[in-house]
Amino acid sequence: MTSVNDALIDLSGVERVFHLGDSEVHALHELDLGIARGEYVAVMGPSGSGKSTLLNLVGLLDRPTAGRYLLEGRDVTTLSAEEQARVRSHRIGFVFQSFHLVPRLTAAENIALPMMLAGIAPKERATRVAQALKDYGLADRAHHRPEQLSGGQRQRVAIARATIMRPALILADEPTGNLDRATGEEVVRLLEELNARGVTLIIVTHDHALGARARRRVLMQDGAVLRDEVSAVIR
Amino acid sequence: MRNIDVLRFAIGAAAGSPLRTLLSMLAMSIGVAAVVVLTALGDGARRYVIDQFSSLGTNLVIVLPGRSATGGFSPANVVTQTPRDLTVDDARAVLRAPAVLRAAPVSVGNAELTVGGKLRATIIVGTVAGYLDMRRFELAQGSFLPEEDWSHGSPVMVIGGKVRRELFGAEPAIGRLVRAGDRRFRVIGVLATSGMGLGMNTDELAFVPVSIAQQMFNTNTLFRIIVEARHRDAIAAAKAQAQAIIKARHEGEEDVTVITQDAVLATFDRVLGTLTVGVAGIAAISLAVAGILVMNVMLVSVTQRTAEIGLLKALGGTQAAIRSAFLTEAALLSAFGALLGYALGLAGAAVLRYLYPTFPAYPPDWAVLAGLGTALATGLVFGVMPARRAARLDPVVALAKR
Repeated sequence: MTSVNDALIDLSGVERVFHLGDSEVHALHELDLGIARGEYVAVMGPSGSGKSTLLNLVGLLDRPTAGRYLLEGRDVTTLSAEEQARVRSHRIGFVFQSFHLVPRLTAAENIALPMMLAGIAPKERATRVAQALKDYGLADRAHHRPEQLSGGQRQRVAIARATIMRPALILADEPTGNLDRATGEEVVRLLEELNARGVTLIIVTHDHALGARARRRVLMQDGAVLRDEVSAVIR
Repeated sequence: MRNIDVLRFAIGAAAGSPLRTLLSMLAMSIGVAAVVVLTALGDGARRYVIDQFSSLGTNLVIVLPGRSATGGFSPANVVTQTPRDLTVDDARAVLRAPAVLRAAPVSVGNAELTVGGKLRATIIVGTVAGYLDMRRFELAQGSFLPEEDWSHGSPVMVIGGKVRRELFGAEPAIGRLVRAGDRRFRVIGVLATSGMGLGMNTDELAFVPVSIAQQMFNTNTLFRIIVEARHRDAIAAAKAQAQAIIKARHEGEEDVTVITQDAVLATFDRVLGTLTVGVAGIAAISLAVAGILVMNVMLVSVTQRTAEIGLLKALGGTQAAIRSAFLTEAALLSAFGALLGYALGLAGAAVLRYLYPTFPAYPPDWAVLAGLGTALATGLVFGVMPARRAARLDPVVALAKR
């Protein structure tokens, strides 16, 4: 296990309760989880096991009902909505199953969106977008809209967007779910390259082949960690 | 988020759904155009009346028989009956006032003019020689009524352009005899065509000496005494002196109303100004409706773009940034709608002026400013609610929607 000082994410005693009518649903129950900097974690489990809720909590899109969440040693559950937005902006990148590109914006504009929201100067944005387009092999697609791009290209735009603010953590929710196997392979390789360069990568999936690639697998069931295993083989 | 980026993002979002954007801009523009055109009509009516009154002549004081209790001008004064006649001698006496340059008694009645079998009902105005200059009338032919004793006028007549055309056609009118009732008049002059003169079209009048008119209509009282002050500053003095002289002549009783042209003008100005404001208010209702439409459009936009809003939040967009993006979009819809409406309104007013060249249909500046201001304000006010709704969306729920 990793030492506390090295932890990027430290969840302890986290609860998340949803109210559906009269009944209470414990999406997460007494969850403890620590993830170190630079780790590659696959969160797996059946539907309703709480893996998406976990991802939302880690990504500061949702707040725990109870428990503590330290991100880079800082308690982030007590931050205001605006402060959480700033943390998301600078430390966390999201990759979604359905890409979530803004349809009226071009590939370049979609990639620049986080920088625009962070208020970065247009000149700086242009340089970084140009570099990202080149890195992800999208240079000739810069002025295409999402509808003019293939699924793989769309997800590459989404990954470029997730990394443009140079976050410490990338959260990917079923990143290959809408892609064919070959294209999915290519997308996963891109994410793994990012991880190789030191970015912490958390992938939520129920694709076992994809989960098997991660060095650490967290298997969830009924809102708690059922099994937490680290591959012996270091690739 | 930088302001320029907020603006660019809002423009992109508005352009992203052109039909929705066009419709809400159209609603806003119709509201503003209504304000501009209706106030142009109202203010045009005000200017038209003022212009007409100004063309009556300048520095004029008007003496009416009868007394209104409150003073000032009201239409009731025109028809009030007096116990004591306002006479030609009163008019003559007013001439003695130091502030008075000229005075003319006016008597009015209807008569039928006949020339060689042609017959025309005409308003006969009985007055004296000075009336021509006081009212700034121009003669087309001949001369106006001669300078003579006001009590013993000659049987002569000056006719308006339309009367001449209808009675004489292409034949010369000067020197011809015209029968009016049981009297005969010699035509000595024809007025130049001047167009409308506040309900009384001088083209359709016939002028005769005041003494003869009073005999024809079998009356001693006058319709008006028109008094001209020596200069603009003497108007008040002329009014006071005329009133004092007539009061002295009427056994100390104030049974006439003396009004100045300024008072009449001020009254019409006020009445028609109020009318314009009222009309603008009615038109402003359409602006409020347009504002509500903008709100609807923005609410639909928030619903349609829920996933996008969730994404913006996930990418680090703050509530403030999302709020200002949506508010800016609402403001843009209103602003461009308002400008479009302003252009439409100006075009409408121009069409009105083209169709009715004598009618000065220009929208007043205050109405234009108020119209544009109200449009922007309603757009912003009704934009706040959708913008807040967008900013407060739960990102998890918003992202799940697609």
